[in-house]
Amino acid sequence: MQSTLFHRAAALLTTLMISGVAAADWTERSDLNMRPGVTAVSQDVYHLHMIILGIVTLIGVIVFALIMWSVFAHRKEKNPVPAKFHENVVLEVVWTVIPFFILIGMAIPATRVLINMEDTSDSALTVKVTGSQWRWHYEYLDYEGDNNINVGFFSDLATPPEVWQRPILSGGLFPVGTAQEQVGVEREPLTPENAFNYMIEVDKPLVLPAGQKIRFLITADDVIHSFWVPDFGFKKDAIPGFVNESWTEIPESAIGMTLRGQCAELCGRLHAFMPIEVVVKSQEDFAAWLAEEQEAAAEGPDMTPFASLDDAMEQGKPIYDRACAMCHGAQGQGGIGLSFQGTDYMTNPDRLQDNIDILLQGRGAMPAFRAQLSPKEIAAVITYQRNAFGNETGDLIQPDDVQK
Amino acid sequence: MADHHEHHAPTGWRRWLLSTNHKDIGSLYLWFSFAMFLVGGLLAMVIRAELMYPGMQVVDPDFFNQMTTTHGLIMVFGAVMPAFVGLANWMIPLMIGAPDMALPRMNNWSFWILPAAFSILIGSVLMSAFGPGNPPAPNFGWTFYAPLSTTYGPASTDFFILSVHLMGISSIMGAINVIVTVMNMRAPGMTMMKMPLFVWTWLITAFLLIAVMPVLAGAVTMMLTDRHFGTSFFDAAGGGDPVLFQHIFWFFGHPEVYIMILPAFGVVSAIIPTFARKPLFGYASMVYATASIALLSFVVWAHHMFTVGMPLAGMLFFMYMTMLISVPTGVKVFNWVATMWRGSLTFELPMKWALAFVILFTIGGLSGLMLSITPADFQYHDSYFVVAHFHYVLVSGAIFSMFAAVYYWLPKWSGVMYDKFWGEVHFWSSLISVNLLFFPMHFVGLAGMPRRYSDYALQFADYNWWISIGAFWFGISQLFLLWVLIKACFLKKGEKATDEVWEGAEGLEWTVPSPAPFHTFDTPPVVK
Repeated sequence: MQSTLFHRAAALLTTLMISGVAAADWTERSDLNMRPGVTAVSQDVYHLHMIILGIVTLIGVIVFALIMWSVFAHRKEKNPVPAKFHENVVLEVVWTVIPFFILIGMAIPATRVLINMEDTSDSALTVKVTGSQWRWHYEYLDYEGDNNINVGFFSDLATPPEVWQRPILSGGLFPVGTAQEQVGVEREPLTPENAFNYMIEVDKPLVLPAGQKIRFLITADDVIHSFWVPDFGFKKDAIPGFVNESWTEIPESAIGMTLRGQCAELCGRLHAFMPIEVVVKSQEDFAAWLAEEQEAAAEGPDMTPFASLDDAMEQGKPIYDRACAMCHGAQGQGGIGLSFQGTDYMTNPDRLQDNIDILLQGRGAMPAFRAQLSPKEIAAVITYQRNAFGNETGDLIQPDDVQK
Repeated sequence: MADHHEHHAPTGWRRWLLSTNHKDIGSLYLWFSFAMFLVGGLLAMVIRAELMYPGMQVVDPDFFNQMTTTHGLIMVFGAVMPAFVGLANWMIPLMIGAPDMALPRMNNWSFWILPAAFSILIGSVLMSAFGPGNPPAPNFGWTFYAPLSTTYGPASTDFFILSVHLMGISSIMGAINVIVTVMNMRAPGMTMMKMPLFVWTWLITAFLLIAVMPVLAGAVTMMLTDRHFGTSFFDAAGGGDPVLFQHIFWFFGHPEVYIMILPAFGVVSAIIPTFARKPLFGYASMVYATASIALLSFVVWAHHMFTVGMPLAGMLFFMYMTMLISVPTGVKVFNWVATMWRGSLTFELPMKWALAFVILFTIGGLSGLMLSITPADFQYHDSYFVVAHFHYVLVSGAIFSMFAAVYYWLPKWSGVMYDKFWGEVHFWSSLISVNLLFFPMHFVGLAGMPRRYSDYALQFADYNWWISIGAFWFGISQLFLLWVLIKACFLKKGEKATDEVWEGAEGLEWTVPSPAPFHTFDTPPVVK
């Protein structure tokens, strides 16, 4: 039997069902219908969806029944002489007017729900959500009148590439290699621990309080993304240069739950790889969490210099594998991005500053990493790039070289 | 007179390259669109192979995006639109009693632009697929939203822009030809309200094409200047507006949807009366419904954009207008049912395809009505539910109607009846597989799987496996049609077709011999 993720997932599902572990979580993830979601708005939307689904199903059944009746009752064997009628004004007016009233019946509840969804006033918490290729950035702007919170972080896919990447023909129709060549690591076997939330898990989730109105300000750094948590009942596009507004209010009953969502607007190569994970906390726990985050943020970035080149290299490699290898190759051989193997850009000392600047600010398709990596991480990864892949420049970049 | 022309007609490849004959050009269009249908289908097979199992199995995520993009572009601009233009070329002169299209040289030119346009587009895919290290083919979706297609577009975007320009020029010329022909070349007595509905739907489609193809040309030109000449139409950093792109695109894009379905309505309105042996019910209301749909198509574009953050009033307006479209569309479906009602029905292959069209298109129409409800659309938008919806209206809608048309008129084109056995195999195989392919997409979409995803969470795995099976099956099924066509058109094997072909057929095209001679209606027929 082929050992694919599908079969493993099936085996995993069976195990989970038999053992009863987390069975409730799986049944909540219907693969048939819309999620009712946890908020009042999402449940309104769900009910609206079910009503309209009922109406269109009924219309469909009636129309198809008439067709089928005609197919069986009016076939040539049974009805050799066709009728001659070809118009009927009354009938035609009736079937124009009746649908019109059905539509009005649908439009009224839809309008009511929509007006409610668009009202972002009186929120207790404001979170700025920024989409970038290919991760989400969350910033807490305002909580219960305090608008100097200074907490923000990036949220990356936690499923490691070696789990999902199994290319046979990667890069077009020519075989270019295995997961090891692509990402530098052997594929991990899938276990219940890493497959349960496959593709919908992140390293640092968005934390939100229950029982308070939360306003989202949604924008993007590069291309258009779309912020979609089905449990909130909406999606809203994240557009560079625009700030969109949306809101949600998570009920107390959802405390302790993890809600999951995904990017819903094509945003480039790793569109499918930027999930959203929301952890719901009680207001007390949320306030405590926020205070903790503020404290960590106040300490500022770690600027202690590296003790040696090897020290920096060692810290740089995992960052390179995580953030750079996807485009520049595990061996720096290039791909979507430039090759690093012995290129002038990597080995010429005059271009070191260039190297730092592009990493900080981005260029073309290369994203800016200023906000995503600390100065120390940037220093480590540049040191790594300029000494690995046969470059051997001996350049040691310190956090202070990056900080401006 | 006819002899005189035939003696001077070029032969061999020059017959096709230099052709000004509406039947030859129609055949070129139809074969070209069928070739594009197979190419676009091949790309869909790559998509479904990748999505059969979770995990990146076959291609790189970026190559996956190139596949979804070019699949959409090739199917819309290469398969569906030229197929209907080919049908218009063949049938409109025969239906209205005209000797040819009004502008035969332009007709030739509008066809021969297409192979050039698609060579450019497909060339960029081949370069990407077979040249490791080459820039990717267009990878920003067939809707090519800025800034993904402008600031972040690959080098091949410029090929794409040129290619779309050429397709647009070809479509506009084709549309002009249809309008001039229908307005000026009807046989004596063929008044507007006596024209077959297929001619009416094409006339209205042609006006839509002329109205919106220049808008598309404008959008790609603005992309071009944004990319190379320092403008910032769609770049917020330069004072531009990425949302403007979507407004322009969908102002083209929504009428485009009707460009692809109105001729299908015309085809089905020709076939159902023939096999019901009863005149079309509500001819006049069909014409008015078609015109209403065409007019409404200009005021609903932003229902594709409910999630971009429009003002409330805007969302309400576009929701109400979109819901309104279901009224004239419903009228059409009711009219087809009433045409069948108490008729004397037989179910030859064209009728089977037409019936499948009515039912499956209605499913797509009903899910379209669900999508018009703005708050619910916030959940449906950009999910597989949308993919299910538009494939129901485009594959089991537009393309099934093309199949119906091919089986209906093939005896007239080739002079022999299609192979009934392989035709039936083609029909039943396609009917079952198309539903296996697209129906479960409703489920995974509602359950939350976003579209254009190269990989997905595990709760979507089961249905995606079935969808892929349906896709491979549907893809293989189309080879049966290829065989049916080769047998009828090239081998000329099969039962000899009579002039009338079908017992209940009405219309001028059935008064000429089968196969239709190179020149028909040199002397206009008189329509009573």
